[in-house]
Amino acid sequence: MKPTNTNDPEYFHKVVDCQYACPAHTPVPEYIRLIAAGKYDEAYLINWESNVFPGVLGRTCDRPCEPACRRGRVEEQPVAICRLKRVAADNKGDLSSRMPKAGKSNGKKIALIGGGPASLTVARDLAPLGYEIHLFDEWSKAGGMMRTQIPNFRLPESVLDEEVGFVTSLGIHTHFNHYVSSMKTVLDSGYDAVFVGTGAPKGRDLELPGRADAGKNIHIGVEFLANVAFGHINKIGEKVIILGGGNTAMDCCRTSRRLGGKDVKVIVRSPFSDMKASPWEIEDAQSEDIPIINNMPPKSFVVEGGKLKGMIFEKVKAVYDEKGKRSLVPTGEPDEFVEADDVIIAVGQDNAFPWIERDLGITLGKWELPAVNEVTFQSTLPKVFFGGDAALGPKNIITSVAHGHQAAISIDLFCNGKDLVKDRPAPTTNLFQQKMGIHEWSYDSQVVNDLRYKVPHQKKEITLKNLKTEVELGFDQQTAFKEAQRCLNCDVQTVFTADLCIECDACMDICPTSCITFTGNDEEDALRKKLIVPAENPTQDLYVSSELKTSRVMVKDEDVCLHCGLCAERCPTSAWDMQKFMYGVTKPAKIL
Amino acid sequence: MTFVKPTFRHPALTKNAVGFTKADYEGALSTLCAGCGHDSISASIVQACYELDIEPHRVAKFSGIGCSSKTPTYFLGNSHGFNTVHGRMPSVTTGANLANKDLIYLGVSGDGDSASIGLGQFCHVIRRNLNMTYIVMNNGCYGLTKGQDSATADRGSINKSGVENRFQSIDLAALALELGASFVARSFSGDKGQLIPLIKAALLHPGFAFIDVISPCVTFNNNDGSTKSYDFVRDHIDATSPLDFVPEEDEITLEYDPEKPAEVKLHDGSILNFYKLNPLWDPTDRNLSVERMNKARQEGHILTGLLYLEPSTSDLHKTLQTTAKPLNTLKEDDLCPGSQALDKINQGLR
Ligand SMILES: Cc1cc2nc3c(=O)[nH]c(=O)nc-3n(C[C@H](O)[C@H](O)[C@H](O)COP(=O)(O)OP(=O)(O)OC[C@H]3O[C@@H](n4cnc5c(N)ncnc54)[C@H](O)[C@@H]3O)c2cc1C
Ligand SMILES: Cc1ncc(C[n+]2csc(CCOP(=O)(O)OP(=O)(O)O)c2C)c(N)n1
Ligand code: SF4
Ligand code: SF4
Ligand code: SF4
Ligand SMILES: [Mg+2]
Repeated sequence: MKPTNTNDPEYFHKVVDCQYACPAHTPVPEYIRLIAAGKYDEAYLINWESNVFPGVLGRTCDRPCEPACRRGRVEEQPVAICRLKRVAADNKGDLSSRMPKAGKSNGKKIALIGGGPASLTVARDLAPLGYEIHLFDEWSKAGGMMRTQIPNFRLPESVLDEEVGFVTSLGIHTHFNHYVSSMKTVLDSGYDAVFVGTGAPKGRDLELPGRADAGKNIHIGVEFLANVAFGHINKIGEKVIILGGGNTAMDCCRTSRRLGGKDVKVIVRSPFSDMKASPWEIEDAQSEDIPIINNMPPKSFVVEGGKLKGMIFEKVKAVYDEKGKRSLVPTGEPDEFVEADDVIIAVGQDNAFPWIERDLGITLGKWELPAVNEVTFQSTLPKVFFGGDAALGPKNIITSVAHGHQAAISIDLFCNGKDLVKDRPAPTTNLFQQKMGIHEWSYDSQVVNDLRYKVPHQKKEITLKNLKTEVELGFDQQTAFKEAQRCLNCDVQTVFTADLCIECDACMDICPTSCITFTGNDEEDALRKKLIVPAENPTQDLYVSSELKTSRVMVKDEDVCLHCGLCAERCPTSAWDMQKFMYGVTKPAKIL
Repeated sequence: MTFVKPTFRHPALTKNAVGFTKADYEGALSTLCAGCGHDSISASIVQACYELDIEPHRVAKFSGIGCSSKTPTYFLGNSHGFNTVHGRMPSVTTGANLANKDLIYLGVSGDGDSASIGLGQFCHVIRRNLNMTYIVMNNGCYGLTKGQDSATADRGSINKSGVENRFQSIDLAALALELGASFVARSFSGDKGQLIPLIKAALLHPGFAFIDVISPCVTFNNNDGSTKSYDFVRDHIDATSPLDFVPEEDEITLEYDPEKPAEVKLHDGSILNFYKLNPLWDPTDRNLSVERMNKARQEGHILTGLLYLEPSTSDLHKTLQTTAKPLNTLKEDDLCPGSQALDKINQGLR
């Protein structure tokens, strides 16, 4: 293999598994260290710069960082990254003086359609540059689905209000209760650029026999949740069936339990293991006495005398062909009738742009997904940009935020007549030596053995009584400290300087997880097999040095490096050094 | 800041035939200087014992005084150990071995410990052919006492303060060969590929097995002009032959594709494979070994590898015809069988 080019910003970035996996590339280990140090304000601001909604995300994020976390590869559980973020939000002080202000007018005017996380991110990123920003949303407040969909027992309104407020107070012109019904009108209103962040608002229906007769006792999940959020629905029948196995279904069933549902069931058509909902959402639903029944596709609604009685389900099992493709085949058992007063259909969302005229030059493709460039988020009409669920279909908040950052860069470049690809700013990177003295590093290099701490929950008797009582209580400061110490500081990189190496093997001998091998060079596949412990995780890179005196090379498998610093500690010539790598996604304006 | 080794290990680390992972053979975190050759030898001992499926409690490790003699703390943390006095490791090991011949004896010493203060003990333990592995971590100096020239420092070698050694050096491997040792090897701490199989073979050798391991002292003897520095050793090293140790005829695959190796069968059915670089090389020919070592020395080369092996040898217990049961397990009844037994003996003498 060729010597690793550590000047490529992506090389060390990839070693910081959590940050790399985060769509917005939040510098996770940096804020975790700040939390451990009790510097909650700084920890919050670092998050806020990257993901705009630390308090919201610290409770609700889909947390792609956690399955990626290196700790999960050396022991059972990753660091509770997401819930640590919440600790920063819970304990921060008044930060208004440290946040940016609206910039002096630059004479450019921008429309943001939809008030969800994608649009709000664009607003936050562009406001300091003096853009005149107009944000339109059909509801009375901004927040999008964070407000209309995510129930208060998972996300208190005050947390959302505060973080939405940080953005709207940057001189944003908000137009609430304003459904935009014509893109043409918007385009004719003299905006320099238009950002569409309208989400994937349409909940799917199920056209089964009896659907029309059952009437008002059948609800579409996203509509139901929005109605609950705005107080239009405040009770439900005792027996409730939820159809669907995603996170929406989990929110619907738990909401039903709080609206009077006593016998609430989630029924999914496929096996339990194929459910789309996050494991922790499923766990929380189950702990609220909600059974999840699998392998039962719905067949029809049973309506008697104009009133919904229940539903009939078929019984199937999953069969997989050689390619692993699944099909659901009937088991031959008789169909099953399940009683219900209400049924909530939560089987997915679609994009819908009934308000975008089709002759404007904005191409909409399959499933109404707009044709957008996935780097610039520009549509086929140059001044129109899409982001969030509206751009690529339903995802999650952090993905919408990441889109918002990129769209903001594009809009700024576009308004300044620059090329959206060629002139895109590179990420910022930084490498800092961490040695403070003998056996002394600027970070806690010691690896603790603590297992993942559980976030305490409020008692069920209390939470089920009130739609607004938050279930999770968050870590207290002490537990947060202990959980933070579990982080392996993957951003403190092992940096190798081949010229200094005397090949004494000290690093190889000391490395607790056998990451380092000195061996003859070879092609990647062969080299992976030759290491002391073969490198069998192809998603993790090999760090290969240039040729050493004995014509061997140093090969480090990044996979399970604990960043303990012992290699550097035991290196007599400082050929190994521990250096902190900071990677930042460049924003249009300096935020902090 | 403290300095502790994490307990996490690579999740893919496998257990050996007796159910231990490599971590079970490790010891405390080394306090030797970063880059000391001795640490690599410790790591090789760990690897060798792991690969040989030796249960840690079956090993007894002994040492004298010196940085090298400190190393038993840093390997085989679950084994028996005795850190003796300067130069006296062989006699304490002899005592232990005589008392309990069932353990595997591993002695670790330094060039100061063995070639100066302990030279007499070194000679006598060889003479007695005690069943043990004797490793000298040879750095040509007294590392622990700040790098004074030792008796193995080569004439002309320059120490850290720039002073040239004017005395003849003692070659411990040549001495061992001369004294009739049944297993003599030399290696380099920086060549684990060679060192690990040598340690494995030595541990299973049924008599005295000596390995002189050149082990640079990074702090006091790794300077230009030293003949025991990493660079010097690497530039002057010469191997008898690449070798591989195969216990009880397990097949193992190798990194290179050698010609058919010459095999030497050991007492227990294990095989030592020699990949001949020189077809004339026969490690069981003592005269040839002496000749080769002298030649290498004249040419300024450091000859490493297995230098001499006497596959069937008679260790001290055999020579003394001790009982099959270890002496420390003999009870008073065994040792003092009573007047009846005495009468019987007396009768036999009439
Ligand atoms: C039940 C449910 C639970 C969820 N839970 C989580 C979670 O826990 N964590 C997570 O990360 N994600 C979750 N999501 C997904 C997440 O809410 C969305 O991915 C995210 O909010 C999308 O952000 P966005 O900015 O693209 O648009 P949205 O948040 O969808 O915001 C779009 C806004 O635009 C408005 N709008 C649409 N059309 C128009 C128009 N023509 N004129 C004016 N306004 C318009 C909409 O009413 C809405 O307010 C959940 C989704 C659902 C349905
Ligand atoms: C009886 C006695 N004499 C002298 C000493 C001082 N002393 C301690 S270590 C040492 C030499 C150690 O050299 P070596 O065995 O080569 O070990 P190294 O530190 O080089 O590994 C000496 C002379 C001692 N500890 N005890
Ligand atoms: S251990 Fe810490 S830095 Fe490493 S991936 Fe996990 S959270 Fe990120
Ligand atoms: S920091 Fe160095 S010693 Fe520690 S696990 Fe990583 S490579 Fe091994
Ligand atoms: S003084 Fe020399 S022999 Fe002793 S630990 Fe340091 S490097 Fe090793
Ligand atoms: Mg010495």
